[in-house]
Amino acid sequence: MDIIKAENLIFEYKRRDEDGNIESVERALDNVSLDVKEGDFISILGANGSGKSTFAKHLNAILLPTEGTVWVDGMDSKDEDKLFTIRQTAGMVFQNPDNQIIGQVVEEDVAFGPENMGIPTEQLRERVDEALKTLGMMEFSKKSPNRLSGGQKQRVSIAGVLAMHPKCIVLDEPTAMLDPAGRKEVIRALRALNEVEKITIILITHYMEETIYSDKIFVMNKGKIAMEGTPREVFKRVEELEEYKLEVPKITLLAHELWKKGIDIPECILSDKELAEALKKLV
Amino acid sequence: MPITADHLTYVYGGNKNLKTTAVDDISVSIDDGQFIGLIGHTGSGKTTFLQLLSGLIKPESGTVLIDGEDIFAKNFDLHSIRSKVGIVFQYPEHQLFEETVFTDVCFGPKNLGLPKEEIESRAIEALRLVGLDEGIYSQSPFELSGGQKRRVAIAGVISMKPKFLILDEPTAGLDPAGRKEILGLVSKLCREQNMTIILVSHSMDDVAEYADRILVINDGKLAIDAPPREVFNHKDELESYGLSLPQVTKAMFRLKESGIPVNTDAITVNEALSDILKVLK
Amino acid sequence: MFKDVTLGQYYQADSVIHRLDPRVKLAGTFLYMISLFVFNNIICYLVSAILLAVVIILCRVPVGYMLKGLRAVLFIMIFAVVFNVLFTEGDIIWEFWIFHVSAKGIKMAILMVIRLFLLIVSASIMTLTTTPNRLTDGLEMIFRPLKIFKVPVHEFAMMMSIALRFIPILSEEADKIVKAQTARGAKFDSKKLTDRVKSLIPLIVPLFISAFRRASDLALAMEARGYHGGDGRTKLYPLKYAARDYISYAVLLLYIGAIVSLGITFSRLTAFLLQFFAGSHLGTVLFWLF
Repeated sequence: MDIIKAENLIFEYKRRDEDGNIESVERALDNVSLDVKEGDFISILGANGSGKSTFAKHLNAILLPTEGTVWVDGMDSKDEDKLFTIRQTAGMVFQNPDNQIIGQVVEEDVAFGPENMGIPTEQLRERVDEALKTLGMMEFSKKSPNRLSGGQKQRVSIAGVLAMHPKCIVLDEPTAMLDPAGRKEVIRALRALNEVEKITIILITHYMEETIYSDKIFVMNKGKIAMEGTPREVFKRVEELEEYKLEVPKITLLAHELWKKGIDIPECILSDKELAEALKKLV
Repeated sequence: MPITADHLTYVYGGNKNLKTTAVDDISVSIDDGQFIGLIGHTGSGKTTFLQLLSGLIKPESGTVLIDGEDIFAKNFDLHSIRSKVGIVFQYPEHQLFEETVFTDVCFGPKNLGLPKEEIESRAIEALRLVGLDEGIYSQSPFELSGGQKRRVAIAGVISMKPKFLILDEPTAGLDPAGRKEILGLVSKLCREQNMTIILVSHSMDDVAEYADRILVINDGKLAIDAPPREVFNHKDELESYGLSLPQVTKAMFRLKESGIPVNTDAITVNEALSDILKVLK
Repeated sequence: MFKDVTLGQYYQADSVIHRLDPRVKLAGTFLYMISLFVFNNIICYLVSAILLAVVIILCRVPVGYMLKGLRAVLFIMIFAVVFNVLFTEGDIIWEFWIFHVSAKGIKMAILMVIRLFLLIVSASIMTLTTTPNRLTDGLEMIFRPLKIFKVPVHEFAMMMSIALRFIPILSEEADKIVKAQTARGAKFDSKKLTDRVKSLIPLIVPLFISAFRRASDLALAMEARGYHGGDGRTKLYPLKYAARDYISYAVLLLYIGAIVSLGITFSRLTAFLLQFFAGSHLGTVLFWLF
């Protein structure tokens, strides 16, 4: 079954003047339809303002569609009775690591979600420790989040969501404010969660390198799904991506240029290892 | 005249046990019109170094010379260097405060005590340089998009017409197109306005492409000071500092390891492209 | 500039004081503070000081670190001393214009310093040894009965805990904004008061905006993690009294008993003795002691 299904999703931000009359309407999502299979690693790419964050907020019922429907694990996001089940099924991690950690101590923060769910105390302990161990943050459990690096803070945030035992984790540009080491840390953690724990990952980013391992990539542009496919299918359309204010990884670009010059290598190459293998045959 | 750091040292924390040397005996001289890339992993002391260079914090020992003058000397008026050294902090849009874009950009020149016409003409020039059109001058800076806000903030600094412009990760959080725009702007300021640029970046690809000299800071010390091509040939050394290579350079090393006879000194896509084509022909 | 805010910061250590139930610490600190104001004689302060010393030793927070927080209130202490010395009525030792120094004034000043010192150290021990979350948990539990009167106890506790978490973040941010605006030529050290107030606008506006942005981000994050107020929430560390907490309550009762009986006994005794020995050396000694 699809863990996430969006059908003809439209969302409009309405700006009102002082009297409450609608001044202007901005369509942030324009007829978005997509399905995500359970257990997949999905990436959503798009420039700033392409609507990807707005879309992410629909998966957790923080925003509700103006038109169309979103189903999370079969539940309609507009169904108020299911609100907390939806939020527990599709956990969410945001961009700024400082603005989503509620607890003063790492373990207290990780416990925040399950505490809201009313999990009994004994099980809370188990869930918190298990989540911290999975993210490799156990040794920091008693530390203040302010003392952690950006990558570590994001791992705490992910642990906080994981402790709610979600089926799917949606991450809205979790690496945008991190340095390269922190980005690697977070992506590695996400891949492990996906492969080992079989949790569906929906990663929203504008760093192309982070998406090459995804099962599927959606590219958003001006509120619409502009492209979809495997990384190889998407990244070979270099020029089209540039139109959407994105760029392919430098390796892919290099290989693409070689391919355009008539060198006999695959049309889309994602890593330096692939490039080396392809070129070795020619030398 | 150059900007010179002379045995610059800065120590954090009053408590003896907590003391950490953030900047450790750095001496370097930067000539007019250079485009410097400054790299180092988080916590290496780059930000502290920048703040020392711009006279925002005082060193434990050593000093900074701007136009030959010791800016930490007793009688020196630090306010006077604000028009010479501009600094764009990380997420500079967080310092916007005025009601309109235009007045915000005027803030710097106004503080320099310039006449009104001069203030306004500088603001207009700065806003033009960053590529913002007149339509938004009277808008509130808080209503703009992220990329536009950042450009307003940068205009707020370049309206002071600094000779040295320091930028601490000016592209953080922007999408690829936004990153390219900002870096293009910075390089234009260097070439057309002859500003000396010090650009801090985590992206090796960016510094490889834009800088003509790279300073590598590790553990508070100046570890490498060389042109990009040379810096990125110190593969193992950089990795030991927690830094990486530009993606193409990394790929060239990989190709060489697998027996393809390429040079490993390519740092941009075009260089790598022509090098590989040469080998294949 | 803003980084020295150590007041209210938790100091991590493993001690019996750290492990005490926050309710015990809250009640203890509250009663201790009151005890400092009930009687004003040196014997009582001595008992209070001994108790505080024991707690300081038990809590394993370096004394130097603890005293660092005192620097912030040094000004208030000096003010209290000067005020007491100069304005207390009594047998005048030295006089100048509207100021008059009396023995009683000096005594009051000394007692005031001791009192303030004990007061501040005891309060800072509570915040140094209790994570703000536990502290707010404690407050929430203590004030829970007020819920009947529709007082939003949980919400207040949550607000406090969030405020405390963001103090270091916002102070760092303020530091950064000051530097950024300084680099744009702003002066924060102007001599004229009106200029000084004006110069704060470029600092305060961005700081407010940042605080609001963080608040809305945080609200979103809390909502996404299923927060819906205090109803039905469980706790990782529910507050449960252990043996050490009962013992602490007993110690606290003993302390209060001791202070009250000592206070009453000695104030009566001195009043009685002073009648006889007024003017003699013993009388002077008694005056300074009680």
